[in-house]
Amino acid sequence: MEKTDIETRLRDVLVTELGLDAEKINPAANFETDLDVDSLGVVELLMAMEDEFGVKIPDDEAEHIHTVGEAIDLVHQKLNS
Amino acid sequence: MLLEGKRLLITGITTDDSIAFSAAKVAQEQGAEIVVTNFGRALRLTERAVQRLPSLPPVLEMDITNDDHVAAVMADLDSRWGKLDGALHAIAFAPSDALGGNFLNTPQESAATAFVTSAFSLKTLAVGALPLMQKAGGGSVVGLDFDNTTAWPAYDWMGVAKSALQSVSRYLARDLGRYQIRVNLVSAGPLRTVAARSIPGFDHLHDTWSERAPLRWDSTNPLAVAKMICVLLSDWAPLTTGEVIHVDGGFHAISAPAEEEPQPTE
Repeated sequence: MEKTDIETRLRDVLVTELGLDAEKINPAANFETDLDVDSLGVVELLMAMEDEFGVKIPDDEAEHIHTVGEAIDLVHQKLNS
Repeated sequence: MLLEGKRLLITGITTDDSIAFSAAKVAQEQGAEIVVTNFGRALRLTERAVQRLPSLPPVLEMDITNDDHVAAVMADLDSRWGKLDGALHAIAFAPSDALGGNFLNTPQESAATAFVTSAFSLKTLAVGALPLMQKAGGGSVVGLDFDNTTAWPAYDWMGVAKSALQSVSRYLARDLGRYQIRVNLVSAGPLRTVAARSIPGFDHLHDTWSERAPLRWDSTNPLAVAKMICVLLSDWAPLTTGEVIHVDGGFHAISAPAEEEPQPTE
């Protein structure tokens, strides 16, 4: 899957399932500081990503996700490895 | 199967890392029928997590500190099953200023919240379930402990609440024994759950635990804890109540790790 496809699907998940503001979502956006996602929200985000893309994201990898772009990269890497 | 025909109430599934999730999975695999509860924003996570169970259970909202919620859940179970064989209490909360090395400055209200949500709530759940367990001819209530017999880094007022939980379980065992209801706790080693992640400074316990535990410890695997929960919910511990059973790799029995591996005798 191409990164642009992942971005499109992730954006859809963030808006419809996590209720984030579509206008604020871009690859540089930080979940915590730009999108107001708190710790419980991060947990929901990770589970939503796992469900959407059929991947497993362990804790030590989840710790490196701070921005939308990093989330896209992680999914891309998992789907193409 | 261990839990064939048992009808169980499982609280505290937030993600598939939750101890309660593993317990629910093992319980279903062992023939139990379950209903799952959680509340507030965590309920959305629960609804997502239960889709990863072998079969999809009903999910109900229950804030254990809200008497109306508890009554509504018990009424639902009554109409659904007409009885209840067991309940897993996997509920704990402490405000952030009651955790993480702020012990000396924690305000009274925060310590009280930790106590009410994490310890008193075992009484709320057990008493709420009492009429349905009487209809089943007895039952089993299991709670989750982290053994606070000694003080821990960062655990602070959550630790005090866990000590209270141990005491609450003994008094419940005293008062519910006459109804053939057993009340026990499973004291687990540290596990990487959402709850554990919310305790700043608790992380390094994961690393030291395995060095001291004779059976070693994997903080990413709650299966052993889940199995013990299911044993206590089953008919295979009929005269065990008021007990704290450690599933911690043996950590609690050992004071310090050995410098060298002991050599086997000839």
